Amino acid sequence: MPIFIDRRLNPKDKSLGNRQRFLRRAREELKRSISDQIRTGSIADVDAEHAVPMPERGTGEPSFNNAWNSGRRQHILPGNRHFSPGDLIPKPGQGGGAGSPGNTASEDDFRFVLSREEVLDLFFEDLELPDMVKLNLKEILAFKPRRAGFAATGSPTNINVGRTMRNSHGRRIALRRPKQAELDAILQEIATLEVVPSSAAARQRIAALREELDRLERRRRRIAYVDPVDIRFNRFDPRPVPNVNAVMFCLMDVSGSMGEREKDLAKRFFVLLHLFLKRRYDRIEIVFIRHTHLAQEVDEETFFYNTQSGGTVVSTALEEMHRIIEERYPAREWNIYAAQASDGDNFAGDSERCIALLNGKLMRLCQYFAYVEIIDEREAHIFGTTENGTSLWRAYCEIDLRWPNFQMSRIATPADIYPVFRQLFGRQPAPLKRA
Amino acid sequence: MVRQASKSSLLFSGSDWDFKTLSRAYDAIEAIAVEELHLDTYPVQMEIISSQQMLDAYSSVGMPLMYRHWSFGKHFLYQDLLYRKGGRGLAYELVINSNPCIVYLMEENTMALQALVTAHAALGHNHFFKNNQLFKQWTDAGAILGYLDFAKGYIVRCEERHGLTAVEAVLDSAHALMAQGVFRYHRPPKLSSERQREGLRERLEYEEHSYNDLWRTLPPSQQRANDKGQNPERKKSLNLPEENLLYFLEKNSLVLEPWQREIIRIVRVIAQYFYPQRQTQVMNEGCATFVHYTLMNTLFDRGQISEGAMLEILRNHSNVVFQPAFDDPRFSGINPYALGLDMMQDIQRISTEPTAEDRDWFPDIAGRGNWREVLLDAWADHRDESFIRQYLSPTLIRKWRFFVLGDAADQPHCQVASIHNERGYDKIRAALAHSYDVGANRPDIQVVDVDLLGDRHLRLQHKVNDGVLLEDASRDATLRHIRRLWGYEVSLAAVDAETDATIHERSTSQIAE
Repeated sequence: MPIFIDRRLNPKDKSLGNRQRFLRRAREELKRSISDQIRTGSIADVDAEHAVPMPERGTGEPSFNNAWNSGRRQHILPGNRHFSPGDLIPKPGQGGGAGSPGNTASEDDFRFVLSREEVLDLFFEDLELPDMVKLNLKEILAFKPRRAGFAATGSPTNINVGRTMRNSHGRRIALRRPKQAELDAILQEIATLEVVPSSAAARQRIAALREELDRLERRRRRIAYVDPVDIRFNRFDPRPVPNVNAVMFCLMDVSGSMGEREKDLAKRFFVLLHLFLKRRYDRIEIVFIRHTHLAQEVDEETFFYNTQSGGTVVSTALEEMHRIIEERYPAREWNIYAAQASDGDNFAGDSERCIALLNGKLMRLCQYFAYVEIIDEREAHIFGTTENGTSLWRAYCEIDLRWPNFQMSRIATPADIYPVFRQLFGRQPAPLKRA
Repeated sequence: MVRQASKSSLLFSGSDWDFKTLSRAYDAIEAIAVEELHLDTYPVQMEIISSQQMLDAYSSVGMPLMYRHWSFGKHFLYQDLLYRKGGRGLAYELVINSNPCIVYLMEENTMALQALVTAHAALGHNHFFKNNQLFKQWTDAGAILGYLDFAKGYIVRCEERHGLTAVEAVLDSAHALMAQGVFRYHRPPKLSSERQREGLRERLEYEEHSYNDLWRTLPPSQQRANDKGQNPERKKSLNLPEENLLYFLEKNSLVLEPWQREIIRIVRVIAQYFYPQRQTQVMNEGCATFVHYTLMNTLFDRGQISEGAMLEILRNHSNVVFQPAFDDPRFSGINPYALGLDMMQDIQRISTEPTAEDRDWFPDIAGRGNWREVLLDAWADHRDESFIRQYLSPTLIRKWRFFVLGDAADQPHCQVASIHNERGYDKIRAALAHSYDVGANRPDIQVVDVDLLGDRHLRLQHKVNDGVLLEDASRDATLRHIRRLWGYEVSLAAVDAETDATIHERSTSQIAE
């Protein structure tokens, strides 16, 4: 007899360590494909699994191999139907002859799936988020169990006694389980018969009764009082902890001065805010407002990929945002977040109007308003954190001083993005405002 | 045919299995195997695993224990993808050449499949592992699991002490040379270090005893002077030429730390362990398939398996031995299961019902009726190449309609060299046998010279057979790995095996890092 070992319950994912090693090795290339996907995909898709192609560099496993395009060799093949010795067969295309392995189709030519965690890891690497924040963002929403009917399986602590006994009762009636009272009645009758002197009829009657009693008792034993099929458990459904809704406004200047690099940085900035909100709120809506000298609500595709010519009047975007809030997102029901990205250009004199708008209306309605000015890497050295700069920057500095929920920063690389949100991530992770 | 199978004699009914049934089936199958086929096996340890665990085992070269390396992670991703997309089913079983012989069974298998797999792996493969000469000589079934355990632990300790990157670098380089890390023809020098020192001391003593100053005064011979450039003594002291590159680097590299040598040794031992398996694919699978086919049919004839189960078994069996013709889109080479089974059943046929042709070709076995002994001998003594050279019969060549296609790289077309006719049998048999000769089909690369006291330039030689060269890109990448292990310049000369003319030479100094 052989030895049997049941390995099914052994820890799974034995190769997880190997996978991690592999990802570490291919990190640079994977990071590039993830950034590409983030650049081309939509903001909300970052927080999911991604399929990426097999990285080419660093993951090759070379060895000495015979080259297929040299020398003389023989192929032995089955299934000859009409060939005779000496027949010539043209080779199919380039490479080897009939039957030789295909040209270069190799194991390495495939896509594989990175989990949400791994995607976020790669995404965060550029952003240089502190570990605490990373952990927070990667966390999955909390769930709370809620009563949801009954189930036939469950843990003993969840037994629903009322329901179980009702089932048991019904089953006992249906299967005619003898009641205790019936048994008692027969016993009683036997007892009364036994006290009087025995006659043949009485003895027969007693025997019959005993047999009946025996039968009933056997039946009682066979039909259990509470059978496993009767048992019902309380069922609990995990429900996400209810959070209130949030709306996120993405404002961006799309005039000609915003190039590919600027838009990419802006997108990362929006993605990070979205990730943060997604973790904290059940339902997030994103509103994209682009502006030149006119502002307009658009879909994500248009927002990032269409350019428009025109001047730059920032206040139009703020007005549009205000209009949309009034129309669709009453501040009592929605947490309003706004993120604005711009290169700092503004129409002369318009900055004053922005200050008025923000001070007078918007900052009261918003939970949080973040502004980034995307500058050249060379400019970063010159400006630093000084207050000098474009008229818009100077105007926003004023607001920054007055409102604690306003944040602003100049960014030149992805690593600069996080500090903008530092205060936001520093808060307690409870919902900020209840409806 | 009407069979009277009383319900009680059935080993199992229905498709569900449990451990009791598995055990009963194994006992019945083993009894028949011993009685009918005279199989001799290691004790068996059966392990039930899930599909996830099967994938895990796939990606770590089929071993239950393996050290960690990124390349296994890569293979896992690939296998996982194929499996999920439905591109490839998983094997029903996996068997490990160890003592006790470990057989993995998939939990998804039905009872009929489990019985089939038991016969196939737990008896067929197991018998082959225990009795085949190659496995007996080259692998140590009793020690392999212990060794892998040691290897895994050792590499973990190295990673802790020297860092992941350093260990990974050595493993990468060693893996690149795995195919050149086996002894094909001779066993490694087995002297233990103590005996070796003893031998060295004795030889020195002998030289002292027999020293005669007169010898010094002899003029150097002409022969000796010619050989000066070749330095025969130097080569002799290093045991050159050496075909096992990993062994050479492990013993002679001047830049490796002791732990790095040990890692190379681990890779080399594992490569050597798998070398017999690569040479006996047809035989191993053929033996297992022949055994399961014979045993299952015997069980059925004795009324121990129901007709339904037998149909399921036969369906799986015919899937396994399916061989499409060369022009079929499903063709992907010769199926070793099919060829092995056919050859072994052919031996059975020749032994019991020979034709005149068989008597002519196989006078030793035709009509003797002792096919059991012939097969047991074949399983014990042959590898694929010699088995085919010895036993592929004209009947089988006709049945498979084999033909040989000559393919020269400089010609625009292939030429049919031989087909299944009187003039072709011998040639087809030789060509097929040759194509299974692992030693002949792998690039033959040897260390030929190195001047340890001079520039330490390591010279490798690639014997070019039939003009087949190496692939440029992977050759350069592999040379870089050798250079990393050797530490000094490495060059590889391609030398024509017949004319000894150097075709070209490639050195690491020509390759950009």
